[in-house]
Amino acid sequence: MIERFLPVASTYAGDIDFVFDLIFWTVGFWFLLAQGVFFWLLVRFRKRDGVRAQYVTGELKSEKRFITIPHALVLVCDVFIVFFAIRVWYDVKQHLPEAQQTVRVVAQQWAWSFVQPGPDGRLDTADDIKTVDELHVQVGTTYHFQLVSRDVVHSFSVPVFRLKQDVIPGRVITGWFEPTRTGTFDIQCAEICGIGHGYMPGRIVIETAEQHAAWMASHSNREIAAASGPAAGGR
Amino acid sequence: MATRPVEIREGHDTPGHHEEPSFFVKYLWSTDHKVIAMQYLFTGMFMALVGGFFSYVFRMQLAWPGESVPLWGLVTPAAYNMLITNHGAIMIFWVAMPVLIAAFGNYLIPLMLGCDDMVFPKLNRLSYQIFLLSVVVLFSSFFVTGGGFGGAWTMYPPLSGEAAYNNTPAGQTIFIVAVALEFVAFLLGGINFVTTAMNSRAPGMKLYDIPMVVWMIVIASIMFMASVGPLVAGAVMLIFDQTLNTAFFDPTRGGDPILWQHLFWFFGHPEVYVVLLPAVGIVAEVITVFARKKLFAYKTVLYTAIATGVLSFTVWAHHQFIAGIDPRMANIFTVTTLLISIPIAEMMFVYIATLYGGSITFSTPMLWALSFIATFLVGGVTGIFLGASGSDIYLHDTYFVLAHFHYTFYPIAIIGTFAGFTFWFPKMFGRHLNETLGKIHFWLTIIAFNGIFLPLFVTGVLGDNRRIPNHQVYPELDNPLMNGLREVATVFLVVMLLAQFVFFYNVVVSLVRGKKAEKNPWKSNTLEWTADSPPPHGNWKELPTVYRGPYEYGVPGRSEDYWPQNVPN
Repeated sequence: MIERFLPVASTYAGDIDFVFDLIFWTVGFWFLLAQGVFFWLLVRFRKRDGVRAQYVTGELKSEKRFITIPHALVLVCDVFIVFFAIRVWYDVKQHLPEAQQTVRVVAQQWAWSFVQPGPDGRLDTADDIKTVDELHVQVGTTYHFQLVSRDVVHSFSVPVFRLKQDVIPGRVITGWFEPTRTGTFDIQCAEICGIGHGYMPGRIVIETAEQHAAWMASHSNREIAAASGPAAGGR
Repeated sequence: MATRPVEIREGHDTPGHHEEPSFFVKYLWSTDHKVIAMQYLFTGMFMALVGGFFSYVFRMQLAWPGESVPLWGLVTPAAYNMLITNHGAIMIFWVAMPVLIAAFGNYLIPLMLGCDDMVFPKLNRLSYQIFLLSVVVLFSSFFVTGGGFGGAWTMYPPLSGEAAYNNTPAGQTIFIVAVALEFVAFLLGGINFVTTAMNSRAPGMKLYDIPMVVWMIVIASIMFMASVGPLVAGAVMLIFDQTLNTAFFDPTRGGDPILWQHLFWFFGHPEVYVVLLPAVGIVAEVITVFARKKLFAYKTVLYTAIATGVLSFTVWAHHQFIAGIDPRMANIFTVTTLLISIPIAEMMFVYIATLYGGSITFSTPMLWALSFIATFLVGGVTGIFLGASGSDIYLHDTYFVLAHFHYTFYPIAIIGTFAGFTFWFPKMFGRHLNETLGKIHFWLTIIAFNGIFLPLFVTGVLGDNRRIPNHQVYPELDNPLMNGLREVATVFLVVMLLAQFVFFYNVVVSLVRGKKAEKNPWKSNTLEWTADSPPPHGNWKELPTVYRGPYEYGVPGRSEDYWPQNVPN
């Protein structure tokens, strides 16, 4: 039901929404059942004149089954939920599909900066495209992101992707996403990172192939001029 | 009634002692477990007011960002971080623990076990004094240069380890010292609780005759002592990082920030159950008395509590699913986390089953106890969303998490406390609370509580992140629906806080003019109700002997529907 309020913009966002819905209906059923029985008992066994409470120890098998049967059913539900949760987890976090593009995400107090390969298709060369607080990606392309922090722990959160990953200083954490629709959406920091934590909004711009190529070209030109190297020819 | 002679211990007044001690000795330097319980109780309630006031300030900022908050002024980002950090730390370390474990543990353990005091009364006094010191140290941190610590109560380094990152050079260290002192106080208390419960039971009281709340406090104390060690070590390492330039958690010099997270949550998750269990125990005492029912399956409750305690040591990394741990590890912790739902669900089922066949009186303590069950269920089921790694990827660090754990901690620390306080008030002070005022307070508080946190589940699902002073900075979070829900939550918070004046008025008026309470006003079975109200120093002139378990209500063939533990037949 999250998709009603928040666009779905990555290949796995729908799967995460599905796990949410699955848990919602499963535990919702148990919740309503337990509350229903609870309130029914309160009304049914309210104090009445001349009616004494029954003596039930709960130690007999015939009594205990009122606990053990729901107990077993809860266990079954847990197994069911664990299965689907881990399946999605594996897909999003554990397995890494082949990358078509790579972007480095640098978090710091209190800004996001993004490094993308220029026309040569490789990071850490002179023609890298660097942007601040704005990440331009192409729809339908599998991206690897490399998370790096310059100072404290941040968390890279893109709600429309349903993606969140902490950024740990001293480590490079690699993950992936594949945008499925165009548009401009939020990038948020989800881990407290100091007094500017609430003020590091980034934006992700998901573009069609043509738009993205145009954006690359407009940024590459400037980079080429700055680098003044012949290597930055064509792609 | 069978009797036995009172033993006279060192450091303890003889019962029936004639000289009246001075005010200072009687109330501030006492080794009497009941006085120490009151010290913890009132200090905890005072701290709850401080923590509540902090939440008022930051929720006003969240609902109406940038506007001056009455009684505070403008909320700067630094002040905002300080407020949320200290709200969290105060509510856990200086409210839930002192009230639920130390206050109720101190008050109830000797009285329910039928002994005259804790086995180490002086240690007990020292425990409170160190606790009070920790309060003073914490308060001092608000007034130093840079203000109170603002790196969240979880204190994740490098933010917490380096003044340049958190902008609170003095506050960061003072905060950790305060927390460490608080741990020392509770280690001393825990030793006392466990030793007393194991050694000082009344003659005839077998292990299965111990009232559930005492068991719960004992199990909680053992869990606390077993889990706090790594965090104390971590706290020392963090202080060294801050002050001696070591690099335990500094990645630029070979340290590891994730290590802190493991040390913290290895303590932090058992800690949830450390405060949960005493509250669950209080609820067991209250519902059995007011439903006139034997606790359904006593041994099952006890074993599920022990199972919860053991399992709680294996779930901590669900706080770190997306923190950069090896993703394969998340699979193991998803399984253990969902497993822990089973003993907790079973415990709730047992309580609901206890109501079956009862004769239920809706007194104020009973309303609190029942509302514990109803609201804790919300907290329980919403935990599944977060324990399941797949959905946690999205929900982690959102207001959904915040609403979830407030639906566990609020029933525990606030509702559980009110259940216990209103239930034992006649015993503690010898007078009855006003029922009408008690019920007005109950309904206002419980409705307002739900009004605060139900909207926050929704804003969380829609993407609100935690610890952000102004959500309107983010285009996706700045819309009429979410802004409206934030305002609703804040309005209900103000209502909830104002409702507490009813409670304090009720307490003051009842202490002065309340109806006098006899020894056993609720017709309860447990031993504390056989002492005078309030019990004198030493509790009984002749200590009681026990003949049966604590929950023999409605036993067929008896004229009375209760059967106190100390009555031979």
